[in-house]
Amino acid sequence: MRHHKLALCGEHYSEWFVNSTQRAIEKYKMFKPDANILVAVSGGKDSLALWDVLARLGYKADGLYIGLGIQGEIDYSDQSLACIRNFAQQNVPNAQLHVVDIAETYGKTIPEISRASTRGHGKPCSACGLTKRYVMNRLAAERGYDVLATGHNLDDEAAVLMQNTLHWQTGYLARQAPVLEASDGLAKKVKPFCRFYERETATYAVVRNIEYVYDECPHAVGNLTNFYKTLLNQLEAESPGAKLSFYVEFLKARQAGFFQAPADKSNLHACEVCGQPTTAPGRCAFCRMWNITAASGGALISPDAIAVRGDDAFDDVETRVAETVDVSGL
Amino acid sequence: MIAMVQITFRNKKFEVKENMTARDALKKIGIDPESVLISVNGKLVTDDVVLREGDEVKLVAVISGGSAIVC
Repeated sequence: MRHHKLALCGEHYSEWFVNSTQRAIEKYKMFKPDANILVAVSGGKDSLALWDVLARLGYKADGLYIGLGIQGEIDYSDQSLACIRNFAQQNVPNAQLHVVDIAETYGKTIPEISRASTRGHGKPCSACGLTKRYVMNRLAAERGYDVLATGHNLDDEAAVLMQNTLHWQTGYLARQAPVLEASDGLAKKVKPFCRFYERETATYAVVRNIEYVYDECPHAVGNLTNFYKTLLNQLEAESPGAKLSFYVEFLKARQAGFFQAPADKSNLHACEVCGQPTTAPGRCAFCRMWNITAASGGALISPDAIAVRGDDAFDDVETRVAETVDVSGL
Repeated sequence: MIAMVQITFRNKKFEVKENMTARDALKKIGIDPESVLISVNGKLVTDDVVLREGDEVKLVAVISGGSAIVC
């Protein structure tokens, strides 16, 4: 780790990584030791590493996987779920995994709804983001989780920060933070890995022998975020620590009040169909995109209709085991 | 004759001269050193390691998984 001027063996690296996560959780007041945490898992290194670390720290953390129906040449979604199930069996056997299959629940895969909708101009990323945000928020709220944790790392945060800075998106800048507090039907969201470089989360996953999906989402290839990550990597190569400094100093400036707070959320309305918060009266963006109305599809979005498979799914595929995770190495 | 070292990355193979650091080797073959982890003979190494003839060098991409940043 050139930016920390530190080189560690595998065992001590793992210990440093876990302890650093705990420090970030405390520094940003993310959650308390008895919190009921829902981890959004994609099958990539960051989210699986996060679930692993939270379990090793003794937190009660369940997982949520959203099946997007994105396959491409690499069977991306199938491969992702397989990695997650394998991980859950080996590393967090006492946790619960919620699986929401979008096509099963709403009738179309993400690529299909993207083609059928004007949102995103044919690129599925916008429809995907909207759907994931919606499902994560609903499930976290309706299943009684205190907080939703995502595996966003420093490279993710720095790339978004750069994008928003270049366009002076002050509203987005004001909202970019390691913690988004719960409000008006929106679940509390936290990013415990926000100070870890992407290389560091990947190293942790390799050191811990976590099998993750090495390939990017087929639709992410060439996207703008990756472009900014490449630019930031060039900067980092010449100036070690540049990414961390960019992000951490931004957080300090934000805390000092340099960015305008987001608009008053008292203007949020409840969607007339699903009840989720939305900025405009009537149906929310999710219900509009999926063409869900009270008359035509109300049943699709009733709480019990979300296709959550927890313990039963583990039993079906025989992935639940009785052993606990060995943390004696720490 | 100059000894060469083979580097594998995403099913592609590259060759570089031995006795250069892994970081220099990556620059030589046009791969951003910040975007990969380096494994030599099955062990993760730092990028200042000098590559020798016969080393089995594999690169692991660090960008993976989910498509969109959604929070």
